[in-house]
Amino acid sequence: MSDPKRSPSDTRIPEILTADEQAAEVREHRRYWLERLLQIGVFAALVGGWEVSARTGFADPFFFGQPSGVAATVWRWAMRGTPQGPLWQHVVVTLEETVLAFCLGVLIGVIAGFALGRNRTLAAVFGPYVRMGNAIPRVILGSIFVIWLGLGMASKVALGVTLTFFVVFFNAFQGVREVDPNLVNNARILGANPHQLSFDVMLPAALGWITSSLHTSFGFALVGAVVGEFLGATHGLGYLVAAAQGAFNANGVFAAMVILSVVALLADALVTWLERRLTPWRPSTRARDI
Amino acid sequence: MTKRFRTPRGTFYVAVHSLTCAIARGEFCAIVGPTGSGKSTTLNLIAGLQAPSRGHVSVLGKPVTTRSDNVGYMFQTDAIFPWKNVLQNVATGPLYRGASRGEAARRAREWIGRVGLAGFEDRYPNQLSGGMRKRVALAQTLINGPAVLLMDEPFAALDVQTRTLMENELLELWSGTSASVVFVTHDLEEAIALADRVLVFTAAPATLKRSYPIDLPRPRNVTEVRFDPHFTQLYQRIWEDLRDEAVIAYERSKEITF
Repeated sequence: MSDPKRSPSDTRIPEILTADEQAAEVREHRRYWLERLLQIGVFAALVGGWEVSARTGFADPFFFGQPSGVAATVWRWAMRGTPQGPLWQHVVVTLEETVLAFCLGVLIGVIAGFALGRNRTLAAVFGPYVRMGNAIPRVILGSIFVIWLGLGMASKVALGVTLTFFVVFFNAFQGVREVDPNLVNNARILGANPHQLSFDVMLPAALGWITSSLHTSFGFALVGAVVGEFLGATHGLGYLVAAAQGAFNANGVFAAMVILSVVALLADALVTWLERRLTPWRPSTRARDI
Repeated sequence: MTKRFRTPRGTFYVAVHSLTCAIARGEFCAIVGPTGSGKSTTLNLIAGLQAPSRGHVSVLGKPVTTRSDNVGYMFQTDAIFPWKNVLQNVATGPLYRGASRGEAARRAREWIGRVGLAGFEDRYPNQLSGGMRKRVALAQTLINGPAVLLMDEPFAALDVQTRTLMENELLELWSGTSASVVFVTHDLEEAIALADRVLVFTAAPATLKRSYPIDLPRPRNVTEVRFDPHFTQLYQRIWEDLRDEAVIAYERSKEITF
């Protein structure tokens, strides 16, 4: 019994690196720093080039903005608030809409995808309609939702839900369809009833597919919220963009964009964390890490 | 019994044709036959996962219509649940069959010990080796105390050493039960070393070609029994039969290709 328990590090080779191994490690280290340096270099070249063209008048800062101006605008908004009220208020509104749309979209998507995946009749009847719905350019629906639901939060959430629903739906549906038939047969032999088969076998098996759609669908929820705000709202980051556009303030548009990106990155990290919590049996490779 | 499938062209493919055989209680029966000879289909029919097109299957005197609680099935590929740890995997059967959580966990621990995995209860399948996963599958199946144990090339994916270990372990675990075993394999040596009786199937459509009783003494050690002169005799006799079928199956596979 002691044999399989022996950990891989417990070998009898002394823990001193040979010259070759050391050289390889140094090379690996150098490559890492070179890559980081190049990464920063690309950023500096792009932003620097932009700033220089703005200052030399090659690109008119009135139309194209300029990085220092964008940074100043972000700073001013953060410290003294935007012309449309405190910045945090807009961030909170956008996040609220995004999270609500995300949760609702995922919930409805999972339930519908699972139901259609499990039931062939349902899939045959509703499948074509779902595909038709997915073919509609949904951003257009934003206008309808503003007319129906007003300038408040509901119209943005509705748009976000229509965007996230389809991503999650198709993944959940596919996940249920692609469950290893061996697992299903094994569960049946072990005595699973249809209910247990659904919730103890199909759902966990499809969870991998569903969680891998969470990143994309969170992005869509954010798009839904921002586009909705852009089309008509009284608060939110999309509203800030629209307001800055109306005032011909290029730096303002870019500043809202920067803030939006930061929010999106933070939210993405949150989803990654959620993903790992949901599927702890997965090997701990970092998914989608470029 | 007969089992046929509709092919995409609308014709029928007969996987098993007029197969008749009976397996005694507590008997270890191995099925060998060329590839694609309907061995797995036969197991699925016994398990009630598929229904025969003609004829019937009975287990313990009762006709098989759907899945029965008396049957255990070990599949060729890993069929343990990747999202459950070892303990949860082994406890699955009792839980599905209505045992309480505590009772299921207690019995699962007992079986995990019996297959030599004590201490690995909270590992997930991807953290285990191929041999260990097979042990989990074995415990998961045997914990339900099946009267009939169906095994579809369960050890085919293992390396030779692990395989021999698992075969010996299977014999030991089986000797403590009164289960009948139907063991499908393409490996004649494995079949003779394990079984009381070896059934040779014909090339598709599969039917029983001949049944060979294996009168090697028990308890057996699958490594040592291979050096028994009687083992060699049996092997030669059965191999003659099996080779003819394998040649037919091979010729046919060429016809389809060209």
